[in-house]
Amino acid sequence: MTTDTTSSTQARIVADPTLPVIRITREFRATPAQLLRAHTDPELYARWVGPADLTTRIDYWDARRGGRWRFTQTRGTDEFGFYGSFHEIADDHLVQTFTWEGMPDGVSLETIRFVDLGDGRTRLEAQSLVDSFESRDAWLSMGMQEGVQDGYAKLDALLAAQEV
Amino acid sequence: MADQLSAVFAALADPTRRDLVARLTLGDATVNDLAAPYDISLQAVSKHLKVLQSAGLVSKGRRAQTRPVHLEAEVLDLMTAWIERYRRQAEERYRRLDAVLADLDDAGEPHPAEEEAS
Repeated sequence: MTTDTTSSTQARIVADPTLPVIRITREFRATPAQLLRAHTDPELYARWVGPADLTTRIDYWDARRGGRWRFTQTRGTDEFGFYGSFHEIADDHLVQTFTWEGMPDGVSLETIRFVDLGDGRTRLEAQSLVDSFESRDAWLSMGMQEGVQDGYAKLDALLAAQEV
Repeated sequence: MADQLSAVFAALADPTRRDLVARLTLGDATVNDLAAPYDISLQAVSKHLKVLQSAGLVSKGRRAQTRPVHLEAEVLDLMTAWIERYRRQAEERYRRLDAVLADLDDAGEPHPAEEEAS
């Protein structure tokens, strides 16, 4: 029982019941070096960070230990600013902070690992740690505020003990 | 809404409570029925059910003397829908990343041909 019926390469998500973290895993047909580049090169990053209906502008970006970054996403006249700093950049992992300027007290500590699976495949393992379950659940529910609550409900998924 | 989600997460953090929920998906059951397979007291099971009840995950029947426990499936659905929505956003983001990665050579450098084309 899983949260989706699609292939194993699709993004998987786990909201830990005992820690305020969200974990996402996803496999890529790419090397760890390519994934690292796509996360640290500002031009490449702006191309995929999305969402699709927003345009991403990099304001500053200093991809080294202790370096800071900020980007702004725009849709019409709406602007959303995000900032943080790079804490560690290694060949197979990345540690950084992430804050939305609309909620400046809320800081997510992001640890992103690139696990080489061989054959040119890499599994990305991203963990977001926040300071409370309320913050974590606010992040999780943010997507729902703008969207329709379509019927994805699959009772089975929740009952798979590991998934919840 | 986020508060209810937190309560649901907390309620489901316990393996016994997850098991109780799983069994209630098969149908309503009395506290005695639910307690039968466990090596713990009826009181302990009742306590677990109270946590599930305050999270809105289960309710107790009023009419029957045995007051069967009923699973509130739509609360589980709400939580699944939120997580699925978040997951789909992540998947959409990573599909864009797939496209970016296709433009890079093995060392992560942009392909020279792509550079010229753009």
